[in-house]
Amino acid sequence: MLELREISKTFHPGTVNARRALDRLSLTLADGDFVTVIGGNGAGKSTLLNAVAGTFPIDGGQILLGGQDVTRLPEHRRAAFLGRVFQDPMMGTAPTMQIDENLALAARRGQRRGLKWGVTRVERERYRVLLAELGLGLEARMRAKTGLLSGGQRQALTLLMATLRQPKLLLLDEHTAALDPKTAEKVLEITRELVEKHRLTTLMITHNMKDAIACGNRLVMMDGGRIVLDLSGEEKRRLTVSDLLERFSAAGGKEVGDKLLLS
Amino acid sequence: MNFFGSLLNALPGAVAQGMLWGVMAVGVFLTFRILDVADLTVDGSLACGGAVCVMMIRSGADPWLALACAAGAGMLAGLCTGLLHTRCGIPAILAGILTQLALYSVNLRILDGKANQPLSVDKYPLLVSQRYVRELSAHNPILPAVAILALLVGGLYWYFGTERGCAVRAVGANAGMARAQGIDTRRATVTGLMLSNGLVAGAGALLAQYQGAADVNMGRGAIVIGLAAVIIGEVLFSRVFRNFALKMASVVIGAILYYIVLQIVLQMGLNTNDLKLLTAAVVAVFLSVPVWKDRLLQNKPGGGKRHA
Ligand SMILES: Nc1ncnc2c1ncn2[C@@H]1O[C@H](COP(=O)(O)OP(=O)(O)OP(=O)(O)O)[C@@H](O)[C@H]1O
Ligand SMILES: [Mg+2]
Repeated sequence: MLELREISKTFHPGTVNARRALDRLSLTLADGDFVTVIGGNGAGKSTLLNAVAGTFPIDGGQILLGGQDVTRLPEHRRAAFLGRVFQDPMMGTAPTMQIDENLALAARRGQRRGLKWGVTRVERERYRVLLAELGLGLEARMRAKTGLLSGGQRQALTLLMATLRQPKLLLLDEHTAALDPKTAEKVLEITRELVEKHRLTTLMITHNMKDAIACGNRLVMMDGGRIVLDLSGEEKRRLTVSDLLERFSAAGGKEVGDKLLLS
Repeated sequence: MNFFGSLLNALPGAVAQGMLWGVMAVGVFLTFRILDVADLTVDGSLACGGAVCVMMIRSGADPWLALACAAGAGMLAGLCTGLLHTRCGIPAILAGILTQLALYSVNLRILDGKANQPLSVDKYPLLVSQRYVRELSAHNPILPAVAILALLVGGLYWYFGTERGCAVRAVGANAGMARAQGIDTRRATVTGLMLSNGLVAGAGALLAQYQGAADVNMGRGAIVIGLAAVIIGEVLFSRVFRNFALKMASVVIGAILYYIVLQIVLQMGLNTNDLKLLTAAVVAVFLSVPVWKDRLLQNKPGGGKRHA
């Protein structure tokens, strides 16, 4: 579904601030893969997701989505294939627009937007059902501005928006990191349900190692803009946190393990 | 008594002028509040609209056609600013200033090299004219002004409810989210700027007819008057008017109130030359009120977080 061929990205090249954030990184996701990504601060995890999303052009390499080369496609065109949820709950929704309007914007991702009504009555009914499934009571507040929602409610809504049109790939960048533990648990549960329901191919960054182990069928660890560990299948299923720390130290040197423990 | 008598006498004029500036203020509302950019093109596009309209009517064109062409010219100005901003990466404010400056020369060309071109209501069938503002007749400019405003607010309400209009609103509310939902933010920004400047130039065309002349300087400070109208409307009505059409209506009412208050302070003896200073001061104060309110609330003991 996703194929990254030796992609590289350096920020501020040729200056004293030059940072190599992605270093000829290759990664292939099969259809239906749910991959968790871990790594220390500055390992390049967010840069990886943003490169796939097209937030900035990459310096080299190729990005293929469902067999199609999207390396040169601008961000808004690539969005047709992607669902995204960000770390900051503010980033995923338009705060001055209503819940149903936000959903309607997402429902038209990748479609031509014309002069038909922005939200129809029929789709409102559909949203009511989907919102009720989240179990947060949002179905009763469809006309409320999303700026009034709590962080957890916004992340849940953003998740729903990301999956409203079946994306080829779901990109989650620490989308529970800004929430309190209980809310984070709930949002993660919604994530699991939605991914399962739509059989989504997913790339999820997390700082929580327990989550990284518990979620998905594959686990990838990054350091210095590269993938230093890639576990899947039985190997991933049997993984424990202490196991993981050990493997990290072996794979990326002691330094990596320390960075992870700190973060 | 004399004060109120002459105020009453001046009231229809203030209302009519406020309504025509209200058209302009709705344009400013679109960029300032919906797109979240401060677009300084408007000072130039207002005069551009006036110039195009006056010159076309003088050469025998129908006033409605002249109005449409004026709006079209304003849209071109908006396109210019939009492309400078989105394609050339020039900050929106600077892009607006560049277009505005360029328009000064363009407007002088349109006005045949003169700073001012008169348009007599005796010779041409104008849509609105100051002369009839106190008459109870079909010529009264307030009637077409009301009709135009109603059409405008209705049309914009419809547009911003459509898929395309919603996309433009999303870009102003959260550009990153808009891109993630597949919206071309650059195109939406250009669209918004074109729409706004089209309205502003249309207002310029109406104002030129109303005053009976187009002046190359007629747009000076227009952005501040537009902002004043937006802010007055918000301060007075933001708690009651939540509907989008009503928000636009409150901007128009803001413009009318602005001209009524202006009339009052002028009659109280304010020097006309000091008007712009007063307007700028009022806008500056109202724009800073929310910021100061937050700051004061935060510094109160026990009221919000403090620095460690
Ligand atoms: N827009 C940017 N401009 C300049 N440098 C950047 C930019 N984004 C990321 N970097 C740099 O690239 C490197 C990788 O950053 P990235 O955000 O991908 O790390 P991360 O793995 O997501 O870290 P964290 O766990 O802290 O989110 C860092 O050194 C960072 O400073
Ligand atoms: Mg990150």
